[in-house]
Amino acid sequence: MSHTETHERSLLGFWIYLMTDLLSFGVLFATYAVLSPNTAGGPNAKELFSLPFVLIETLILLTSSFTVGLAMLAVFKQAKQQALIWFGVTFLLGLTFLGMELYEFNNLIAEGASWERSAFLSSFFTLVGTHGLHISVGLLWMAVSMVMIWKRGLTPFINSKLTRLALFWHFLDIVWIFIFTIVYLLSYV
Amino acid sequence: MFKSYLLGFILSILLTVAAYLLVVNNMLSQGVLIIVILALAVIQLWVQLIMFLHLGQETGPRWKLISWISTASVLLIVVIGSIVIMNNLNYHVPSDQEIIENEGIHQSH
Repeated sequence: MSHTETHERSLLGFWIYLMTDLLSFGVLFATYAVLSPNTAGGPNAKELFSLPFVLIETLILLTSSFTVGLAMLAVFKQAKQQALIWFGVTFLLGLTFLGMELYEFNNLIAEGASWERSAFLSSFFTLVGTHGLHISVGLLWMAVSMVMIWKRGLTPFINSKLTRLALFWHFLDIVWIFIFTIVYLLSYV
Repeated sequence: MFKSYLLGFILSILLTVAAYLLVVNNMLSQGVLIIVILALAVIQLWVQLIMFLHLGQETGPRWKLISWISTASVLLIVVIGSIVIMNNLNYHVPSDQEIIENEGIHQSH
């Protein structure tokens, strides 16, 4: 099998993984939609969330989805330096996003609004936490990839891996659009 | 390729900020607002699928498109189905107070 064929096949395989991952997010969204009114006398979503903070988080993740695209354009042009810079920018944006999410979680727990407080908060932490876990894995993957680019250059093998990493990162931003809309925006409607 | 990423990025920012401003300024009635911001999210989903994930640009059998459509159908069934069924159950199952009243259970004080 030629290299291009192997690449195409693993890309399709990865795409199918993303689709099944989307199904698990779908179940968590359904759980959140059902349980979110059940606050057990505790704080509700509107009292807990700050929309301007989440808007900034959203725009940071969106920008990182754009910069990972720019990184891939550099990869296709075989521009190693440029690819490293754009992956570096994406990594920092992703790290900022994760930091903001952990800061929010930390504040909620300090206010006594942890996952133990109500069904609403359990489902919130499960949904948003699962997304954050994916972001953490993506960041780890990106860090390893940057070391590989730096050490070995943009070989066809590494480029194939990078295509899947970029796909994963775009996918996480798409999931976040729905967390932003359903969890945060809808709580203020 | 660069144009596609840039256009996708600009459109996504506009859609995100539009949804945010509509909610913060409470510009529409509740029912309409819910539909509008969900619609904005779905539009942004398509923008990113086409411009970032390059869906629909496959040559040969469109496996990516087919698997996406089947996944999206399952998602809609699971999410909407869960919400409808659980709301229905919530509506029909009586509360403790209603059970006490309906069954004529005497409560000692």
